[in-house]
Amino acid sequence: MDFSLVIAISTMGGLGFLFAGALAIADKKLRVYEDPKIGQVNELLPGANCGACGNAGCYDFAVKVVAGQITPGDCPVADTDAASEIAKILGLEPDGGTRMVARVLCRGGKAEASRKEDALYRGPKSCSTTILIAGGDKLCLDGCVGGGECVEACQFGAMYMNENELPVVIEEFCTGCGLCAKACPRNIIEMHPADREIFIFCKNHDDPKTSRKVCAAACIGCQICARKSDGGIIMKDNLAIIDYTKIDISKIPFAKCSTKAIDTIHLRVEVEQPELIN
Amino acid sequence: MALKTFHGGVHPPEFKKLTETLIFEVMPAPQEIYIPLNQHLGKEAIASVKKGDSVSIGSILAEADGFISAPIHSPVCGTVTSISKQTTPTGFPQQTIVIKTNEQLENLFMSPLNPKTITPEEIIERVKNAGIVGQGGAAFPTYIKLTPPKDKQIEFVILNGCECEPYLTRDYRFMIERPEAVIEGLTLFLKAMGVVKGYIGIEDNKPEAIKIITRAAENENNIEVFSLKTKYPQGAEKMLVKAITGREVPPGKLPLEVGTVIQNIGTAVAVYDAVVKGEPAVTAALTVTGKGVKNPKNLLVPVGTPIKDVLDYCGGINGDAVKLIVGGPMMGVAQFDLMAPILKATSGILVLTREEVSRGEETACLKCGQCIDVCPLNLMPTKLVRYTQLGRFEDAGLFGITVCMECGTCAYTCPANIPLVQWLRLGKQRVKQIQRQQAGLQN
Repeated sequence: MDFSLVIAISTMGGLGFLFAGALAIADKKLRVYEDPKIGQVNELLPGANCGACGNAGCYDFAVKVVAGQITPGDCPVADTDAASEIAKILGLEPDGGTRMVARVLCRGGKAEASRKEDALYRGPKSCSTTILIAGGDKLCLDGCVGGGECVEACQFGAMYMNENELPVVIEEFCTGCGLCAKACPRNIIEMHPADREIFIFCKNHDDPKTSRKVCAAACIGCQICARKSDGGIIMKDNLAIIDYTKIDISKIPFAKCSTKAIDTIHLRVEVEQPELIN
Repeated sequence: MALKTFHGGVHPPEFKKLTETLIFEVMPAPQEIYIPLNQHLGKEAIASVKKGDSVSIGSILAEADGFISAPIHSPVCGTVTSISKQTTPTGFPQQTIVIKTNEQLENLFMSPLNPKTITPEEIIERVKNAGIVGQGGAAFPTYIKLTPPKDKQIEFVILNGCECEPYLTRDYRFMIERPEAVIEGLTLFLKAMGVVKGYIGIEDNKPEAIKIITRAAENENNIEVFSLKTKYPQGAEKMLVKAITGREVPPGKLPLEVGTVIQNIGTAVAVYDAVVKGEPAVTAALTVTGKGVKNPKNLLVPVGTPIKDVLDYCGGINGDAVKLIVGGPMMGVAQFDLMAPILKATSGILVLTREEVSRGEETACLKCGQCIDVCPLNLMPTKLVRYTQLGRFEDAGLFGITVCMECGTCAYTCPANIPLVQWLRLGKQRVKQIQRQQAGLQN
């Protein structure tokens, strides 16, 4: 009989047993305890690692939630169902958070906003670099620059630049993470509850004459809406500002606003959405 | 002996021939002038006139607000027609006093002082009241430079006669036409600060100026004239200190850290006029040049004159003019509105033709390292720009992006035509923002 066969099998088998035993001991001795909840919570998180919550990623968020440092609602991306599921795992009261979406509060696109005649900007096409040089090539110094930094910041494909060079938020895809609002150097993107209807679509503080000149969609500070609104709208530096605790939508004279700066989101005619990739 | 200079830098074509032989012309006041309330670095001045007031040459239009600020005087006789937001050469609109001028030439200058008997306090007071700001470009109120913090020992005052920006010949003309004012101005600086030694640095492409200034300074034992290598940016503060004294200004610090104070030739002349004639800062000396302007000139114009009137005075612009810059071609600001006014520190108007501004399309970085070779501050522009583009602002900060003075040497030399300065400006702004936030958190 060929002994070499037996020797080979028994050597390999013996080594196998030896290492398996070592691993079994190491597993017992060197085990690091991890709360099983972390894994469960991590499963429920969006897994996009977008960083909007300010943590290093979804797993880091899960670790901190389980440790009680932050609450499930701190993930701006996870919907209310996921947040309450997480709360259930942790034995916390689910906080009834509202879904937030990004709203672009400027309608001064290529067609509406006047440009500086004879100005030709040559340089990086990002919003932040453009505004450092004479505030960009639009006359309005408060409105959208059109460089698309918000679109770049969006991790969820929920934004695109339309033909009018204004960013558009695709509401179904918007997770409310707020990265676009942080990216906008002019602060024209704001986070609002999804069911909020009425907005002032302008941030321009110029006097009536100037604002009329700089943009066809500017709030010109005429105060008509403020006077009719019973305190729901206040004027600040030639710009109407909505006080959402007091606003009564039935009192707003939308037709009287000559530039349609005050408007409801659903009356807005969206530009045809481009075909979405992925 | 090798000429004194610094490491790095470039030598762009000078184009100074266009105006260097032309004597300063005095331009009459236009119909309307526009005086922005912020013509200096620091806080906006507070308007002390209102609509309908009549003003004379030299009467105060706006008072300084706070420590870093400067008062503003009327350069013409006339009536204030409005105080409103108007375009300025920075590109951003600002509160501006608009004055309709009349024919009168009444002036309300301050009383002349004798430069021989004047006390240091009187000099500083006069410079402050005359609203004089640095003529080198940043428009920093001059009196603050004359009153350094007590714990800093100032050893030298350096007059900057480099005028390293191509095209401009304002400082050169001052040195040729008014050498005695330049030397007297420097003497006043020395007296005001109690400093013994004064230096004047002039690039060696201006032999005539070196000759005249050296002759004018012959009798002043404490003033020395240096001929420096012609290289951009030789006139930058830190480069000038390095070239003349051999001292290196630490990153992020001012030249007074190494015991020096820099003043511009134009500032010295303005201080001389303020003391000897009692004239506040109401006239801007500037070079109107470039191949796009019909008759290039060196001009003395009332502050607040719109660019359009200045160009009309110079015969208008040629048909092929494509770009208008206020300041020098390297660090000046391109203009989009000809109604923007001349400010106290405006040193030139350039009208460039397509041939002068053309540059190729931007391509990918070649990693050639030329920008690193020429950076006068020994930075790595290509690396800093890459970090900025990637949003890695902390890394950009570690590699010293905030030290950059935006001289444009890197972008000038870049064979790939990358707009390095625009990116560096963005990076600097972001890094400073982050540093401020962190400082805020620590407090």
